[in-house]
Amino acid sequence: MAQLSDLEYLKLSKGRKIGYKLGRFFAGIPKAFANLGLKIWDVLKKGASAVGREVKDIITSFIQGDWKTKVSYLVMGFGCLARGQILRGLLFLLFEIVFIGYMVLSGGYWLSMMPSLGKVGPTEEYNEIYDVFVTKYNDNSFQILLYSVLTIFFIIAFIYTWRVNIRQSRMAEKILATGKRLKSGKEDLHSLTDESFHKTLLALPLTGIIIFTVLPIIFMILVAFTNYDGSHDGYISNLFHWVGMDNFNTLFSWKSANGTQSYAATFGEILSWTLMWAFFATFSNYFLGMFVAMAINKKGIKVKKLWRTILVMTIAIPQFISLLYVSKMFAKDGILNGFLLSMGWITKALPFWEDPIWARVTVIMINIWIGIPYLMLIATGILMNIPADLYESARIDGANPWQQYTRITLPYMLFITGPYLLTSFTGNMNNFNVIYLLTGGAPLNPAASSAAGNVGYTDLLITWLFKITTGADSKYYLASVVGILVFVVVALISLIVYNVLPSIKNEEDFQ
Amino acid sequence: MSETSSMKRHMGLKASRTLANTLIYVLLIALSVIWLIPFICIVLQSFRVESTWQVGYVIPQKWGIDNYRNLFSTNFPRWYINTFVTAVCTALLQTIIVLCMSYTLSRFRFKMRKPLMKFMLILGMFPGMLSMIILYRVLKDLGLTQANATPGLILVYVASSGMGYYVSKGFFDTIPKSLDEAARVDGATRAQVLNKIILPLSKPIVIYTILTAFMGPWGDFVFARYISFGDPAGMNVAVGLYNWLTPDQINKNYTMFCAGGVLVAVPVTLLFLFLQKYYVEGVTGGAVKG
Repeated sequence: MAQLSDLEYLKLSKGRKIGYKLGRFFAGIPKAFANLGLKIWDVLKKGASAVGREVKDIITSFIQGDWKTKVSYLVMGFGCLARGQILRGLLFLLFEIVFIGYMVLSGGYWLSMMPSLGKVGPTEEYNEIYDVFVTKYNDNSFQILLYSVLTIFFIIAFIYTWRVNIRQSRMAEKILATGKRLKSGKEDLHSLTDESFHKTLLALPLTGIIIFTVLPIIFMILVAFTNYDGSHDGYISNLFHWVGMDNFNTLFSWKSANGTQSYAATFGEILSWTLMWAFFATFSNYFLGMFVAMAINKKGIKVKKLWRTILVMTIAIPQFISLLYVSKMFAKDGILNGFLLSMGWITKALPFWEDPIWARVTVIMINIWIGIPYLMLIATGILMNIPADLYESARIDGANPWQQYTRITLPYMLFITGPYLLTSFTGNMNNFNVIYLLTGGAPLNPAASSAAGNVGYTDLLITWLFKITTGADSKYYLASVVGILVFVVVALISLIVYNVLPSIKNEEDFQ
Repeated sequence: MSETSSMKRHMGLKASRTLANTLIYVLLIALSVIWLIPFICIVLQSFRVESTWQVGYVIPQKWGIDNYRNLFSTNFPRWYINTFVTAVCTALLQTIIVLCMSYTLSRFRFKMRKPLMKFMLILGMFPGMLSMIILYRVLKDLGLTQANATPGLILVYVASSGMGYYVSKGFFDTIPKSLDEAARVDGATRAQVLNKIILPLSKPIVIYTILTAFMGPWGDFVFARYISFGDPAGMNVAVGLYNWLTPDQINKNYTMFCAGGVLVAVPVTLLFLFLQKYYVEGVTGGAVKG
């Protein structure tokens, strides 16, 4: 869609304006993808040229460097030690010794087993003394995969450290050549509380993230290419091994075996409800929360603090209590149906959790109950920041409250909370607690369940993933594929919104 | 416009405003009732003696504290202690990690800063549950699951908490950098700037971080369930009480669940209401700065 100038845009009728904006939004999507492609290409190109530069520098350092630097290529830290930087040199040397020791003792073994993920599974062996067969456990695919990933991490860290060791040796050589003094070990330590203080601060958090987030994610991505499940757990039952793209092909194929629904159809059903849920959950909370905040903020309303506190209390009470309790309230034999029946307003219990449509609507309603207080807090903070003279001048120009809302309040709110809306949308897509504690996915969707896990009509991708991993057959490989697809969906949505919405601001603006 | 008509108009405006305000009061009272009813019900039912089943009425026919007394003959005290220990340790360690991370990203400009932030943004898009499978097996090898789930759980909560730096980074961004620079000119090291200048100014965000980190473990369900793996000794309150509401348990334990829920909710809610101000500041700040 062609872009209009401001003047042309203002001439459009109201309906056409909305149509124009929507058109521009969707027209922007291909461009967003193109931009992404270009960006990735750019990053790759930059990465390649950086590696090239490093390699070139390593070679020239070797040719031009003195003998101390040249020895550092083999014995890490030698350059530092020979020039009196004992602390640095010892650390480098220690790292090299640990690395070589690890690689010889176990790293090499793990790497050599990685392509097969283990050769000998558990075997039955005859025990002559007790005259029984006992299971003997041999290779462990899980450990092999885990330790090979760790070893690869270690190798990358080693190459990086080796490179740093060469650069430092070469730099020290140059500094000495100009007649300056090198930093002593004491100064090195002191700089960790000063110029390099950020390294000290980041060491602990980043280690945690690498071990407990990055490593598991890489591991699980790899699992998506294996047949790791309950009956191939890699140790007790059977070894698992690489299967290539098989799992992805299974999930994306519309064909199915003997009358069951195909994975692709099940996945599509769950994905469409997940997106629907995220949309309604996000925007119902957003607008209703804003509305409640405006009601409490209105001039002339007394005891504002009391109203807010009553709502905010729901945030404090742990969700599992309130959600589980409310879930039982809405049950067939729960308080709500009991009350309505005893009042004679209904003759038959309402099927809050039994009927697919009822269940979906009820879940969204209860989520409003959960979400409004939070949104109310956020909206209150922002509404108070809107300059009062904007409203003053609008009133003088004769704007009614509705106009004031659509022309001042809403645009301001949307502008400020654009990024928040995005994160809350993706957060809702992965909102495990609300769905699992309220319905557990119920009511059951018999057709979809035939594929995998007891899929229900209110199941999100994330609760499905959980069910797949905890069921009797625990299809971990399928869970990994679903997890990767959740990532792809979330990343695509974020990417489109970030590229198409204009209001994403520069973070430095706030400083 | 004559004076009388102007007055009339004024009166009309006033009347419509009173009407609007009355409507809002009605709405707010209705909302408060809807918001409070579940909690009132849960408290009332926790005192019900005549039946442990789920019944269709709210006000007990016979009152008593039997449910609370019975709690102590179950695993509930153990779960409560597990959760409390987890919450306290998580609050302390997570606060340290989050503050390190957010302060660094807010104040230092180093080469890897932007790539690091982008990387963590992308990492955050993976469903965290995915890593549970491997973390469970690893923790099991370390002996930190089932009965010993509490230290394992603390480790899992704390280790990745650096990714949740957004709110406190937003706060540090609002402290003027000129303060740091003045201190640096006077010869303070970076560490001294943090300890002597920034931390004293950061009370609100420190309290906010401690509060949210403390409240998290009370409500966490899925990680705790995975790691305790069916062993009652390692469960937290959420997992334990959830098991009381499964179809075959609910008729025996429904009122006890209510009593347990009250015992969990009351201290947490009181603490929260007491520190509400800091929570509100953190939440609004976080949303604005994204």
